Amino acid sequence: MRLLRDLVRTPEGAIGFGILAALVLIALLAPALSPGDPLRIAGRALLPPFIDPAFPLGTDRLGRDVLAGIIHGTRTSLAVGLAAALAAIAIGLCLGLTAGFAGGLIDEGLMRVVDAFQIVPSFLLALAFVSVIGASVPVVVMAIALGAWADPARLTRAQVLSIRERDYVASARVIGMHPAEIAFREILPNALPPVLALSAIIVAAAILTEAALSFLGLGDPNVVTWGSMIAEGRNILRSSPSLSIFPGVALVVTVVGVYLFSEGLTKALAGRRLEP
Amino acid sequence: MTLLTIENLSKRFSSGGREVAAVSDVSLTLEPGETLGLVGASGSGKTTLARILMRLLPADAGAIRFEGEDWLTLSGAELRHRRARMQMVFQDVLGAFNPRATVASVLDDPLRIHNIVPKAERPREIAALLDRVGLLASYAERSIRDVSGGQRQRIAIARAIATKPSLIVLDEAVSALDVSIRGKILELLVELQEERSISYLFVSHDLAVLRAVSHRIAVMETGRLTETGPTRQVIENPQSPAARALIGAVPRLVTEPTEGPSHDV
Ligand SMILES: Nc1ncnc2c1ncn2[C@@H]1O[C@H](COP(=O)(O)OP(=O)(O)OP(=O)(O)O)[C@@H](O)[C@H]1O
Ligand SMILES: [Mg+2]
Repeated sequence: MRLLRDLVRTPEGAIGFGILAALVLIALLAPALSPGDPLRIAGRALLPPFIDPAFPLGTDRLGRDVLAGIIHGTRTSLAVGLAAALAAIAIGLCLGLTAGFAGGLIDEGLMRVVDAFQIVPSFLLALAFVSVIGASVPVVVMAIALGAWADPARLTRAQVLSIRERDYVASARVIGMHPAEIAFREILPNALPPVLALSAIIVAAAILTEAALSFLGLGDPNVVTWGSMIAEGRNILRSSPSLSIFPGVALVVTVVGVYLFSEGLTKALAGRRLEP
Repeated sequence: MTLLTIENLSKRFSSGGREVAAVSDVSLTLEPGETLGLVGASGSGKTTLARILMRLLPADAGAIRFEGEDWLTLSGAELRHRRARMQMVFQDVLGAFNPRATVASVLDDPLRIHNIVPKAERPREIAALLDRVGLLASYAERSIRDVSGGQRQRIAIARAIATKPSLIVLDEAVSALDVSIRGKILELLVELQEERSISYLFVSHDLAVLRAVSHRIAVMETGRLTETGPTRQVIENPQSPAARALIGAVPRLVTEPTEGPSHDV
């Protein structure tokens, strides 16, 4: 809670938090804000925006409500982004902690795997993964996580290696604390904050990757996503640019919101550590 | 009976292809209730020796007997258990504490780990420890970041005496403190020693501090012990060039009245 207060005190953090809070609300209330299946045909095709109050953002080529798509797309984007980032952070934390604590050959081996994953562009990896296994939300989440866990793993390991040399860890050993308690009570909580700050950036990247996959037609076909909306609009970009612009703006606002949030988080965490 | 015997202890570091003999062939002894001051220029290996003694670093060669046991062969649960008898106070009054700790949790850890008092009595024991080092019991609830440097070092001392050790290693324990606070902490340490006959290995590069608390002084230079003797003798009549250089660096040391610790060993 104190962290949240520090966070909204920074301008970036306040704006980012505001954007994200609004998006989360939209995502949670999507069924109420726009009842029914957003993929159903709701009215006349290619209705321009700002004309019919029933379809404030117009309709697409098949007569689907664009606003409904954007609202429900928020759900997909946030859910996939958060789930993928969570999976990536979880994998990264586990492997980073193992490498940092075990050291020696285990560390060497794990870090070579991390290298391998960092060398392959994560989007190519996700693309290959989804093309082979097939497009569905869980597969897309795994595919994105697969390309994103290497950074948190590396950062976690670096944190562990630096913290285990601190005097307070030596002090814990001196009083006879069990190594497991040292790992989980002394080292882990202090290693986490920078990794959590990184997680916001991973969420943003995951949302973009999901949109890109959907844009290429590799998203889950049964849910509406901003990426697939942009892809649909692309075919008639000249006559109805708004079909691509609205989901594009939603995507940009979301990613900027996440970045601002992460900036604020980083500042709040740094300010905390500077306190006496 | 001798509390601590260090025999032919050696430790080399190799960093970037360069070999450093941080500790070479060091032997020394410590009696119960005695303070041995370990002095030496920067990089002479004092901290390395202290960390080997605390089993924070492995030695390359040599042996340590502590309370009649082969200290360097202890391991695992047995070592953790025996650590209660040998404690340490660090130089860095901030870095020696987990930034998330409270004063109470710092003192609770040793009481819990070594089961010094039953769980229900721990808060009272914590208050007693705080009182013993001259702090109010109400400090217990504070974050460790919300107390001053001098107070933090008192808390570090309280943590060190919590397990009722027979030896405390102090690595530059007062170097980071204000001169005014330094004297008070040294007084506290001498008091605790008289009360509980704890031995101190007092590491410092500051001979003025060591003269005030040490019964004997050992001088280190590039990993070797060059001279060991009673405090007065080493300061007034240094035999080794290293000791002479250190004494020469503190001009008023010999002319001031030498008042060693007020008690006998
Ligand atoms: N982890 C390490 N790796 C490599 N070399 C080290 C390491 N620790 C210490 N040394 C080297 O060992 C020597 C002794 O260092 P040590 O820290 O024990 O000296 P010191 O007497 O405590 O010095 P100071 O008074 O500055 O604290 C130095 O040359 C130092 O560079
Ligand atoms: Mg040192």
